[in-house]
Amino acid sequence: MPTLTYRDALNQALREEMQRDPNVFLIGEEVGVYQGAYKVSRGLLEEFGARRVVDTPIAELGFAGVGVGAAMTGLRPVVEFMTWNFALLALDQIINSAAKMCYMSGGQLPIPIVFRGPNGAALQLAAQHSQAWDAWLAHVPGLKVVTPATPADAKGLLKSAIRDNNPVIVLEGEMLYNTKGDVPDGEHLVPIGAADVKRPGTDVTIVCHSKTVVPALKAAELLAGDHGVSAEVVDLRSLRPLDEHTLLASVLKTGRCVVAEEGWPHCGIGAQVVDIVQREAFDSLDAPVLRVTQADVPMPYNKVLERAAKPSVEKIAAAARRVLYLD
Amino acid sequence: MLLVRRFEEKTAEAYALGKIGGFCHLYIGQEAVAVGSSAALRPDDYVICSYREHAQALVRGVPPTAVMAELYGKATGCSKGKGGSMHLFDVSRRFMGGHAIVGGHLPLATGIGLAIKYRGGDQVCVCYFGEAAVNIGAFHEAMNMASVWKLPVIFLCENNRYGMGTAFERVAAVTDVVEHACSYDMAAELVNGMDVHEVQRATERAVQRARAGGHPTLLEVRTYRFMGHSMSDPLHGVYRTKEEVEDQKKRDPISQLALKLQEAGLLDKAGLDALDVEVRAEVDAAVRYAEESPDPDPTELHAHVLAD
Repeated sequence: MPTLTYRDALNQALREEMQRDPNVFLIGEEVGVYQGAYKVSRGLLEEFGARRVVDTPIAELGFAGVGVGAAMTGLRPVVEFMTWNFALLALDQIINSAAKMCYMSGGQLPIPIVFRGPNGAALQLAAQHSQAWDAWLAHVPGLKVVTPATPADAKGLLKSAIRDNNPVIVLEGEMLYNTKGDVPDGEHLVPIGAADVKRPGTDVTIVCHSKTVVPALKAAELLAGDHGVSAEVVDLRSLRPLDEHTLLASVLKTGRCVVAEEGWPHCGIGAQVVDIVQREAFDSLDAPVLRVTQADVPMPYNKVLERAAKPSVEKIAAAARRVLYLD
Repeated sequence: MLLVRRFEEKTAEAYALGKIGGFCHLYIGQEAVAVGSSAALRPDDYVICSYREHAQALVRGVPPTAVMAELYGKATGCSKGKGGSMHLFDVSRRFMGGHAIVGGHLPLATGIGLAIKYRGGDQVCVCYFGEAAVNIGAFHEAMNMASVWKLPVIFLCENNRYGMGTAFERVAAVTDVVEHACSYDMAAELVNGMDVHEVQRATERAVQRARAGGHPTLLEVRTYRFMGHSMSDPLHGVYRTKEEVEDQKKRDPISQLALKLQEAGLLDKAGLDALDVEVRAEVDAAVRYAEESPDPDPTELHAHVLAD
């Protein structure tokens, strides 16, 4: 199986879907001539032309709405945000137009659109460029939200997102673009709404998604080495719909659970996971469920403070030790 | 025009009786705008509107029964009772909806224009919005992109002078909406919105520009609403005088057209009366249909959140 970066896996998904369906087009800032702010769209302008790779002005609200308008006529736009930080300006179109149109038209207007781009913190980009909107977006009925952590999932989920007849949010990661992994050639589709057990285990469940998957796997490694603990790592992959079955099967087996996420703690994704677990697996729990999140502060610039604010291998391992009563 | 007028009068009655809920924005006084502009369109052209859109739905051919049933929230409504007054949809007639965030549908119109060009079609998209939307960022972004990409979109601003209770000149540095077109190198025209034929002719010119080369146009159509902003707003309120409203009513687009037709010998008093009887019967039938239609089935609550 070929090894690709996460960036090239996304590029492959876009290229294959644009070849497959003439209604698919890419629109956003710097996607064409510049080849993509993060080079995800490299080579697409040359292959598909300016009709299907549309450079826009810096106008997130406007071009998100342009995408929705095109989708209202049956085209399948992929709207790239340079980062989800800027997409905050487009929330009116994502929520009030894309997510609600099908419902408020009585089913007449499905909106087959993808909104994608990097989400969450990179390195020392400070408060306005280091935000994870997972919980905000997953809150809204009418949207689907996926968060690929590996190159293979990036390709498979983006392809599924483009073929879906609903608005799908794809949350990528600037820090993930250069990561490498095996990616199946050609028709590789990852179903939306299916979690993935990235490491099987029996003693504690670590729930994670997107950029917390790698630290969760490292924490599992650490726990195995230091304590002989067998941690199961469940990558949610989709936040809406959320695969309760895989999550619960794991917690029912281990009886202990830690949830890691990049977002802030208050009303976060972890809070939703805890709700599901306490409701459906209460009698199986041997300890309270603990959460690892970003600190409840805007992201600081300073490197030391930034590290202190982010979820980490150590924080996830420490939370796992606590639910195992090892500390 | 008469159908729209009588329909809206009945709507006001039904609202007062509690048969229609939520926010409800009437079109009385502005009829010449929807009717005149629509007369310039083909059935395969697209129309997209703000939340004051009962008239546009009717003139695009959505049956009055389906519109009234939607206002009643009934299962037989044009949005199956899920949209209401502000979210009428009939995609089969390319009536792409009422949208209720001021200015929010302007980028959608640009997107529909992009899709027309993408497919190499010669349709146009007419986007109706009030003058208050000019002050919101979406207006600027949508106009700019439509012009840069030469899209067949007609931005039809219905300038009725008040954004809810705020007179335009109190909140806009440039009060001639038409002047905004210079910022986007866009064709523009100022139109008397109380004259249905003037509206039709101006829209025809805009349509021609759009079909010929995909050039967008900004039409500022000056009109006036005789009713409050919504059903919860009194007839003239504190933001305008009774005298002003009464004065504007002398420009009633329906009376003006009737007079013109009478002078031209095309319609006499008896003919007008007969037309009115016919229209009232149609509206009464729509009300009866809405009254007798069922509410949506409770299972509909979860239907259509997502498409299949």
